[in-house]
Amino acid sequence: MTADAPLVAPLRAAAHGRTGDKGNRSNISVIAWDPALYPLLVAQVTEAAVAAHFAARAPTRVTRHLLPRLHAMNFVLDDLLDGGVNDSLNLDSHGKALAFRLLELPLQVPPELSCFLRVPRISTQETRT
Amino acid sequence: MTAAAPTLLVGCAAGFSGDRTDAARPVVDTLLARGGPAVLIFETLAERTMALAQLARRADPEAGFEPLLVDMLQPVLADCVTHRVPIVGNFGAANPPAAARRILALADTLGVRRPRVALVQGDDLSAPAHHALLRDALGPAADGLDIASANAYLGADGIAQALRDGADVVVTGRVADPSLTVGPALAHFGWAGDDWDRIARATMAGHLLECGAQVTGGYFADPGYKDVPGLARVGFPIAEIDADGGCVVGKADGTGGCVDERTVKEQLLYELHDPCAYLTPDVVADIGDASVQQVGPDRVRLSGVRGHVRPAQLKVNVFHRAGWLAEGEISYAGPGAEARARLAADVLRERLGGLAPLRADLVGVTSVFGDDAGRWLAAQPEGDARDVRLRVATRQPLRADAERLLREVTALYTCGPAGGGGVRTAMRERLGTLACLVPRERVPARVEFVS
Repeated sequence: MTADAPLVAPLRAAAHGRTGDKGNRSNISVIAWDPALYPLLVAQVTEAAVAAHFAARAPTRVTRHLLPRLHAMNFVLDDLLDGGVNDSLNLDSHGKALAFRLLELPLQVPPELSCFLRVPRISTQETRT
Repeated sequence: MTAAAPTLLVGCAAGFSGDRTDAARPVVDTLLARGGPAVLIFETLAERTMALAQLARRADPEAGFEPLLVDMLQPVLADCVTHRVPIVGNFGAANPPAAARRILALADTLGVRRPRVALVQGDDLSAPAHHALLRDALGPAADGLDIASANAYLGADGIAQALRDGADVVVTGRVADPSLTVGPALAHFGWAGDDWDRIARATMAGHLLECGAQVTGGYFADPGYKDVPGLARVGFPIAEIDADGGCVVGKADGTGGCVDERTVKEQLLYELHDPCAYLTPDVVADIGDASVQQVGPDRVRLSGVRGHVRPAQLKVNVFHRAGWLAEGEISYAGPGAEARARLAADVLRERLGGLAPLRADLVGVTSVFGDDAGRWLAAQPEGDARDVRLRVATRQPLRADAERLLREVTALYTCGPAGGGGVRTAMRERLGTLACLVPRERVPARVEFVS
């Protein structure tokens, strides 16, 4: 990899978020760790990308709402929850865990933005391996 | 009141039925230490809580309110009554009058002045008198349903009236969660009923409060990414609402957790759809241009909220009896565990042929990300996980069909793959749900005081 090649990082390194549910509809917030990362999220975490990422859950519609002053996006996914909390056979019938599924979405991060990524504290020993 | 009315402190001591009962004390201590006008709210109703409460009331006329009511109020009721910090809660659930009687009995036990307890009712549409209204709203979908509960989401007006009339405790059934905060703000500041911007700001303050610790570091921690100090002692939130409805969110003194721009953003967007049109009975709130700003340690200001005219209709949730949910689990561990768990799932599918839907999960491989139809699980390559719990579930209209799953999982002990252990089975009645809208004038709130 050359110094200028984009880094591939999971969305979790660039954003945090939370899932909510109402009926058979799920909403997942995606909030940039740093304002500098927000345009990257807008460019890459699109309705199409999110729909494809959740294809196994077969949402009938994915809608993205932008909140530029919060450096955040709100995704609304329709008919994702197998009927919702009262009908689903899922252990997590609310779909509470789904934000962390979205945070696995791979991003292409240009080198000049990599300094804004959030990475967990890694011990020196692990870093060497 | 005028625009010079002092800031109102709204503390939240519960965000759902089953929340911590030791949450209220530090919140009340903080409200009293800061002085000035304050109110304490309890939000204890999730969507299905009301249906369970209604069924409990049918079994026992003195039941059907929040089961933890006494545990939640006992530590703070005396101080709140003595220091005139009104308590507002939807803990009345399906039986606000019984909740009120329990609160009065608790006050007597505590030896405190008998509080003036107000009921806000009118949300319950389950009686036969309302069937025509529901039939109009639901259409043919309502025919033949065994309805367990039907409740409209009332707004803040009834709460505000009760407080203006001197209530020490306001007991409601189903009201919109943010209305627990908007009601006290309306009563305190005397805003006009169509002051949409101010009502919207108070609504979003209420939205931040309504899930309790979810804005103060609860439901937030992700070690290495989002670390939260003292999570085991997470404090509950307090909003400072000014005469224009603007708010600063903080938390109880001397508690764990944190309030920062990240925790507030996550909760601001929680269960929101279009951020420019957050529908409540009181207003259509718009956070499209809202922003948050850290203004001190564990203090975040929310600004830029706007409001639009409130909806002409109220949302009604209808729950009906919908058969049975059956679940069974068995564990496999050690070499070949995943293969043995997968074989057990195949055995169940063959034995329960025709029983649909049938969901299978491999806890330890994949479980909650998958869909009920099994597309996700089928797409996961077979691995060699060494500690796997097979979990299967079905829903069936008839109890006898649901019980077949329980028996087949149990039979895996001797008839299934090697080394299976720890069978647990469970079955419970299901509640189906429908939502509809009704004209608000058909569902007026009733306010009355209990003596």
